[in-house]
Amino acid sequence: MSSLLEVHDLTIRFPALSGYAVPVSAVSLRLERGETLALVGESGSGKTLTGLALLGLVPHPGRVDSTSRVLLDGVDVTRLTGDALRAIRGGRIGIVFQDALTSLTPVLTVGNQLREAITAHRRMSAQAARDAAVALLGEVGLPDPASTYGAYPHELSGGQRQRALIAIALAGEPDLLIADEATTALDVTVQAQVLETLDRLRATRGMAILLITHDLGLVAGRADRVAVMYAGQIVEEASTASLFAAPAHPYTRALFRAIPRLENPVDQLIPIQGNVPLPEEWHVGCRFQPRCGEALDRCATLDPPVVPLAPGASSRCWLPALRDQ
Amino acid sequence: MTAPLLEVTGLAKRYEAGGMLRRRHPVYALNGVSFAIARGETLGLVGESGSGKSTLGRIVVRLVPASAGSVRYDGEEVLGLEGAPLRSLRRRMQMVFQDPYSSLNPRLRAGAAVREGLEIHRLLPRGEMAGRVAQLFEEVGLDSSYTDRYPHELSGGQRQRVGIARALAVNPAFLVCDEPVSALDVSVQAQVLNLLKNLQQRRQLSFLFIAHDLAVVRQLAHRVGVMYFGRIVELASAEAIIQRPRHPYTQALLSAVPQPDPGRQRSRIVLAGEPPKPTAPPPGCPFYSRCFHPRKDGRCTTELPPLRPVGESQVACHYAELSAATALTP
Repeated sequence: MSSLLEVHDLTIRFPALSGYAVPVSAVSLRLERGETLALVGESGSGKTLTGLALLGLVPHPGRVDSTSRVLLDGVDVTRLTGDALRAIRGGRIGIVFQDALTSLTPVLTVGNQLREAITAHRRMSAQAARDAAVALLGEVGLPDPASTYGAYPHELSGGQRQRALIAIALAGEPDLLIADEATTALDVTVQAQVLETLDRLRATRGMAILLITHDLGLVAGRADRVAVMYAGQIVEEASTASLFAAPAHPYTRALFRAIPRLENPVDQLIPIQGNVPLPEEWHVGCRFQPRCGEALDRCATLDPPVVPLAPGASSRCWLPALRDQ
Repeated sequence: MTAPLLEVTGLAKRYEAGGMLRRRHPVYALNGVSFAIARGETLGLVGESGSGKSTLGRIVVRLVPASAGSVRYDGEEVLGLEGAPLRSLRRRMQMVFQDPYSSLNPRLRAGAAVREGLEIHRLLPRGEMAGRVAQLFEEVGLDSSYTDRYPHELSGGQRQRVGIARALAVNPAFLVCDEPVSALDVSVQAQVLNLLKNLQQRRQLSFLFIAHDLAVVRQLAHRVGVMYFGRIVELASAEAIIQRPRHPYTQALLSAVPQPDPGRQRSRIVLAGEPPKPTAPPPGCPFYSRCFHPRKDGRCTTELPPLRPVGESQVACHYAELSAATALTP
């Protein structure tokens, strides 16, 4: 059986003063049924745009290149329009965004918004939709689902609103749930609760999860595999265990050194010098090269190859490529 | 023992909730908060949103009035100060804000923002100010050419450095840092944390360092106060808070901090429920509704646990002694 999701060379362009900016450049991903893949990157890395492209939601005037393929069970989502696209959006692929307060409309009850999502994808009577909505609110761990059904978003706490959003994303019974910084705005103890719920839903529904986050710590113990993005490209991909045990790409390694630790704190953290470059500052060669402590001469002028390191693991870097020669 | 630089006693902040037609009832953002900070010491404050940590920081630097209690700086009561004595206080304590985007005036060049404090307090002859500003920029790791930039021409990390230079311009002995790195990317966050640590050692500064991220607080703080629902529930050395957390909330908080070490994950405590609503504070322990302590009982629902010494820590839990026995092991 083929993978649930295969992304090949996803490239997204925006018109800019001098030609194009390409905030997502040739991103390739694979996601199996029931699997959690974490897409990790700092702000501006292109991780959110990548998630939006899976739903055909790249904002105007951005365009997905015609050579890009986003295959959901073999069907190219980038070619779909009309009803076929609507069946994917909120149907086979659900998405949860960071900010629950702006994702929900303040003038309708949570139940109304959820029922709308359910009837958009499934034909059923009003009463059946209502029952399905209450059941979903219970499934995402909201206390007293019947009364939450009649509540307005402002009457819920941040954690409860995020759970309501997850219920809406589940309304079309998706095969893939995209969680884009879905727990970032929450307090850590509430974040832990919501992540626990997502993992339970993945197990009970056999759904795949694309966990988009800036927080490497959050990925530990939650994702099966990790793809690290930097400046519009995936620079490293590996199983979570091996990424944490032995990060291969210099950027991933530098990121780990920069994270403050609870245990065994160091006197001085080792920061990454400089700033995350903007798309107009990307040049030929490795995009991390200006900040890389291990860069070679060729890194500034030649695009690094994607070097396979193990099954499902790779690093976009000259160092392993030259070591093997 | 020398007198502390900052001494906070019984601090409270009350807001009147409700409106013209509804019955007004008080909501406490802070209640009964006491602590001290020694010279050259960093006290970290952690807590979730709404726990009162930012309100506390703002009261200390006199940006928000307190409802009750006392704040003494260098032995002098701060809360009643007005006029010239208040201006003199503002020269001795400064604040670094969370959001480097909204805390800088977009129409003021970075150098002018830093220079303002020097002008207001007339600390230098006019002719020497430009040189002093350039010096401050270099001290926070910015090339002095950045003095001519507008905030929108700077990255988040650079803006936060300008915010720090502005706070340092008047040569204060005490800084309140309210979430100074939480808006920054991980790779840049480490730069700013190192800078703050170096500045503290070089200038012998005292910090009240407020953050929601325990790992960030740990990087700078000598002691840590854990806040919940407007109160300090645990106060101890950073080492003791991390290694021997005694309050159940501190234990849950520690276990929830995302840490990039899958092999060394602490046993995960996932709390049930949410904090109580400030408009309906429970009569007893505010953590009772989410508490997992095996001994929790009726006393917790009626009697507010005071912050009291337990071992080397101060803990607001009736059963803190027993809690220590069940403390988490990695």
